[in-house]
Amino acid sequence: MKTLVKAKNEAGYESQGLKSYFSHVLCHLQKDLRLEWRSRDSVVGMLFFALLVVIIFSLAFDPTAAVSRQIAGGILWVALLFASFTALNQSWTREQRNRVLDAHRMSPAPASALFLGKALANLLFVVLIEVVLAPLFIVFYNLHALGQGWMLAVVMPLGTWALVCNGTFFAALSLRTRNRELLLPLILVPISLPALLGMMQATTAILTGESDPGIWIRLLVAYNIAFTTVCLLLFETVLSAD
Amino acid sequence: MMVKRSRIFGVFGMAWVALTLAAIAYASRLALVVAPTEATMGNVQRIFYYHVPTSMLSLLFPYVNFVASLFYLYWRRREPMRALTADAVAIAAAEVTVVYSSICLLTGMLWGRAAWGIWWTWDARLTSMLLLWLLYVSYLMLRKLSSTGQTQTLAAVLSVFAAIDVPIVYMSIQWWRTQHPAPVFGGGADSGIDPSMMPAFVWNVLGWAMWGIFLLLFRYGLERRRQELEQASALRAIEGSLEITQ
Repeated sequence: MKTLVKAKNEAGYESQGLKSYFSHVLCHLQKDLRLEWRSRDSVVGMLFFALLVVIIFSLAFDPTAAVSRQIAGGILWVALLFASFTALNQSWTREQRNRVLDAHRMSPAPASALFLGKALANLLFVVLIEVVLAPLFIVFYNLHALGQGWMLAVVMPLGTWALVCNGTFFAALSLRTRNRELLLPLILVPISLPALLGMMQATTAILTGESDPGIWIRLLVAYNIAFTTVCLLLFETVLSAD
Repeated sequence: MMVKRSRIFGVFGMAWVALTLAAIAYASRLALVVAPTEATMGNVQRIFYYHVPTSMLSLLFPYVNFVASLFYLYWRRREPMRALTADAVAIAAAEVTVVYSSICLLTGMLWGRAAWGIWWTWDARLTSMLLLWLLYVSYLMLRKLSSTGQTQTLAAVLSVFAAIDVPIVYMSIQWWRTQHPAPVFGGGADSGIDPSMMPAFVWNVLGWAMWGIFLLLFRYGLERRRQELEQASALRAIEGSLEITQ
């Protein structure tokens, strides 16, 4: 909190430029990482949940190596999607304790910096889950990519950002509604469907090596650029919605 | 003066409904009796006169919703009373969108069963329309679940997201195989229908557009009355609380 105030004082009067904006983003990112480091609620919860989904699917489909290449891309993203719902809801509930959110609302710092910091923190959490989950996935589903495996390193962050950016935004949007936990998936999934299509198709293309994932990667890039811009522009409206 | 205005609206509305029903009746006669039977599909093709107009209209009303939402966001702080009218237009347009896209999907399924032998296929146009339907159902869910006072703003924000999503959805789903026929109008050299089918089609577009506008305005009026009622009860609550403190 002290660093936050300091950053604000430094930024508020002298330069309103990009540098001060990113110092705010960094501040929020540090705060979220520190909060998570102290509790470790979201990451542990997400990890266990994703693991359970992976195990349920392997019980349901009894995958052989050829079949699992076809379905693993879809299963991986479904697991990550469901797991990220649990963390996204929590990431804003934290800010409600001691009415911190009201303090954010009154602060002269740009609201979108709060959003960007939190979205980046959520991105890091989900990427961490992916890093832990990947070896388990390879073991449980006998995976061996037939396409260019290194492209997964491009697809995974792009797909994760597509989920997490809109997810953080809609979690804030559904924060003060009734049935918050119910509402988030109901509005996040329809909006994310093109991105989900893109990441699942790209991952399957890489694992099977049958088609070119390039077109889906381009789709993800376009989706990310469009929605990150809208999220940054509209976050202030959502934060002070009443 | 209020009474006079609402009476004028009432007379106008009655006339509009009568004209709409007449147009739909005439259009149905043209579509079901007058228009020639199609060469390959036979009478099954007549559902075309309902399927295509409703699908065209269900792509039109989301624009009304989007523009009204933008106006709401612009007026929200500057002119709150005007913003409420924009919001009433937005919710009316969203509900009409859901109704028309549902009709489009249902008639499409009936036609698909008869022409292709299957109710549904994950083809580009069908999936796009289903996603449009999903987006606007989620819009209505958000309106239903959010607490009063911020519903309008949150819904307007979601409408902007939906508007940006639709072209991306359309583009992404184009990259799948296509089973649905190319657009009948403006779909290349081979497109277009026989001139003898044109009156039935045009009258159906007109009739269902008038019906859609009637639904929109009716729902708008209903929403305005609900807003006025809400404001009146809020005012009474404030007055009541003032009396207690005195």
